[in-house]
Amino acid sequence: MKVSLTVNGKPMSGEVEGRTLLSTFLRETLSLTGTHIGCDTSQCGACTVHVDGAQVKSCTVFALDVQGSSVTTIEGMANTDGSLGRIQQAFQDHHGLQCGFCTPGMVMASAALLAVNPTPTEAEVRHHLEGNICRCTGYHNIVKAVMAASDAIPAE
Amino acid sequence: MPKDFEAKTTGIGAPMKRREDIRFLTGRGVYTDDIKLAGQTYAVIVRSQVAHGRIKAIRTEAAAAMEGVLAIFTGEDFKDVGGNPAGWLIKSRNGEPMREPKRPVLAHGKVRHVGDAYAAVIAETYEQGRAAAQQLADDTDIEELPAIIDMKAAAADATNRVHDEIPDNLCYDWGWIEDNRAAVEEVFARAPHVTTLELVNNRLIPNAMEPRASIGEYFPGTGDYKLTTTSQNPHLTRLLVAAFVLGIPENKLTVVAPDVGGGFGSKIYHYGEEALVLAAAKRLGRPVRWTAERSESFLSDAHGRDHVTKIELACEKDGTFLAFRTETFANVGAYLSNFATVTPTFLHGTLMAGPYKVPHVYVNVKTVFTNTAPVDAYRGAGRPEATFSLERVVDQMCRELGLDAFEVRRKNFLTPDMFPYTTPVGLVYDTGNYQATLDKVIEMADVAGFESRRAASAAKGLLRGLGLSTWIEACGIAPSHLVGILGARVGLYDAATVRVNATGNISIMVGAHSHGQGHETVFAQVAADRLGVPESSIEIVHGDTSKIPFGMGSYGSRSLAVCGVAMTKAIDKIIAKGKKIAAHMLEASEADITFEAGKFAVAGTDKAKTFGEIAFSAYVPHNYPLETLEPGLEETAFYDPANFTYPAGAYLCEAEVDPETGKVTIEAFHCADDFGNVMNPMIVEGQVHGGVGQGIGQALLESTTYDETGQLLTGSYMDYAMPRASDVPFYNVDYSCQTPCTHNPLGVKGCGEAGAIGSPPAVVNAVIDALHRGGHTHIKHIDMPVSPQRVWAAING
Repeated sequence: MKVSLTVNGKPMSGEVEGRTLLSTFLRETLSLTGTHIGCDTSQCGACTVHVDGAQVKSCTVFALDVQGSSVTTIEGMANTDGSLGRIQQAFQDHHGLQCGFCTPGMVMASAALLAVNPTPTEAEVRHHLEGNICRCTGYHNIVKAVMAASDAIPAE
Repeated sequence: MPKDFEAKTTGIGAPMKRREDIRFLTGRGVYTDDIKLAGQTYAVIVRSQVAHGRIKAIRTEAAAAMEGVLAIFTGEDFKDVGGNPAGWLIKSRNGEPMREPKRPVLAHGKVRHVGDAYAAVIAETYEQGRAAAQQLADDTDIEELPAIIDMKAAAADATNRVHDEIPDNLCYDWGWIEDNRAAVEEVFARAPHVTTLELVNNRLIPNAMEPRASIGEYFPGTGDYKLTTTSQNPHLTRLLVAAFVLGIPENKLTVVAPDVGGGFGSKIYHYGEEALVLAAAKRLGRPVRWTAERSESFLSDAHGRDHVTKIELACEKDGTFLAFRTETFANVGAYLSNFATVTPTFLHGTLMAGPYKVPHVYVNVKTVFTNTAPVDAYRGAGRPEATFSLERVVDQMCRELGLDAFEVRRKNFLTPDMFPYTTPVGLVYDTGNYQATLDKVIEMADVAGFESRRAASAAKGLLRGLGLSTWIEACGIAPSHLVGILGARVGLYDAATVRVNATGNISIMVGAHSHGQGHETVFAQVAADRLGVPESSIEIVHGDTSKIPFGMGSYGSRSLAVCGVAMTKAIDKIIAKGKKIAAHMLEASEADITFEAGKFAVAGTDKAKTFGEIAFSAYVPHNYPLETLEPGLEETAFYDPANFTYPAGAYLCEAEVDPETGKVTIEAFHCADDFGNVMNPMIVEGQVHGGVGQGIGQALLESTTYDETGQLLTGSYMDYAMPRASDVPFYNVDYSCQTPCTHNPLGVKGCGEAGAIGSPPAVVNAVIDALHRGGHTHIKHIDMPVSPQRVWAAING
């Protein structure tokens, strides 16, 4: 079956089976390997993308379910000139990543939070990121990065 | 971050942003599973669903006939190749060598834990491979045997055996130092006070966020193999696959560890899947790839910790330590993973004197086989277990004798004038200042203001406590001569090659491997500082045995302390050769050439050549001393450390307990560490944050639970409580107390494991303190994870 959609602003399509997950479609068919798969129970959040602006774990969605939708992945988060986007830059500035594996999901989840809540409290940031697991950073610098990328007054 | 660090923008000590972040933040990192190869095939592993059983029959016909199936492997295919060896040979107290059962590529004869791999399907697609693997599982007859799960029962039961040839399920019964045993017993017999604690150091599952993955390739034209794999140490994996398991000539095997998504120890080891994909690639003549599902990671990655310890502290009534004595049962799981035998022994027993001037210590460790996943080194590896035992029993002693936990530690600390200091457990601490880090953490934590914060909590019906942990570890692993005496089968030096290219930019090939640590940035900082060239002209290359000279990889907080020093030694050779070239070009004596800020100059004159000019001359040697000097500018150095390094510090945890629910909240966590010299403070802080996060996970959340039949009840993120962002606080980290390492030229000690070592006892001490302050004085100890259920039960017990 054919699925056609917009990914990072560009029209794309590919052949899928009914059981093909969006995460698999992005990685295997479209070679957008920035979306990572870190678990098999939709818990870790490494595969987080945006579907029509909403934060979605792409391992919980069939590729066919996003027929005609607009999907944004980590590959679509940089500025048009290729420089790091605001949230990406905050992650680098505040050392909000170490091994980088959870990072795409963290950036996508953070972007979704800031889109609806531009001035989150520290507690709101921590609560929002509960669906994204990081094993490296102890979350300290991730939370700092999200706060810095927001319009909120820094927590520290 | 202290101001003097913030001010630096380049070189050693600058909080430089990480260059590798750009690719990770834009989705351009290349992890093993991101690599696609023409003609690739998929391996799916068939794993035991029972903890212990005898394989009666594996009928492969139906699976082999399924669509897309290319090959099936079982233990039979690997029965004649070698096993995956233990890296350390430990001797029992009676002098007997440890028992080392063969660890095959695929289980043969018996399966020994849930998740034990006994067959594999290679197929055109992953889905086809999975379907056939299910068929193969259905077509396998395994006679289930009683599962051996409880360590002490396993050691006591002579009839039920994990390995048929090992009658008592014991790997070894180790005494450290055995010759001191009688003297320690004598001290205990006449000690004015003895405190005893029984402790469980809970089994943890490392859970690097990138699941293990491996791709095997074989090139029939040359007979070369290539393994791309999630490894912390590609050369060690090559050595194990080549020399021990498959017998591939070492020079015919390339191992590449590209971007690796965390390790924490679990990716040090060679795993059977790596040998499988290589053997399958050769048989099929096509690339064979395998990526673990998270469920497979839970079942088959090497787990960590899992000690049951009785610790005793003998002391004077004023709290002066006289002796420590421990008896530990260490669970090694079903097979010996590569570092499994050294973790509970030399990485644990040798730290059992802590930062204290205790004259007598005796450690006994019985390491036991069970029908569970193999257990090996996980962040800290033995040192968190030692620290937990010591810091818990010290607090308990203070409580029993009504002494102040801060003052008792201060009274027993080694003092700065005592270094170098030989401990009663065989280490030589080179330097330290434990009083300074304790003073610092007291200041950071505003201990003076604790009482008012406690009263504020009490007004809300909450109990607040303060928990201290003063820790030390031995890292920068390790002096080869020493580890050789202790039973290591390898050396633990490291290596680096500095290649100055003709155009003046520099490639540095390092044996250390970065899987989150930021080596590409920090190694470039150190090199740039020494060479006086911009960081941007330096590229750090790691993780590929075909590019780097050799190396033992990254674990044991060793990257800078060992490989970083190898790199600086190679740079020193570059500078020495550069001086010779400069002397020729400047028509001066070599002795008169100075090198500073990237310039070779004749002392006392304005005659100079830039680093770039010297590099160019080395590759275009038109005006060059060719009679006495080879062209080119590339140097390699190997460095073997003279000693371990000894980071130490003081951690204070402030926790709040809700007596109604038993829930513990970390209100503040303060770390005062001594890492010696700091190369990049931003990265050092990040390492401490991550380590403390994992330590809080161990203390409050993470429990690896097998039921009595050996089923892993915590086999997914639905059941295994990983710390989430809302479970942890901001951490308050300081590293301004610095006693630089005395035996490496960088003065670095290592910071990667500190947080995970020092934090668990601080958390548990804080909880017990809160409960006692709240009047629940009957509670002596609560095992980790200190869950709401356990706290509530202790309160209401």
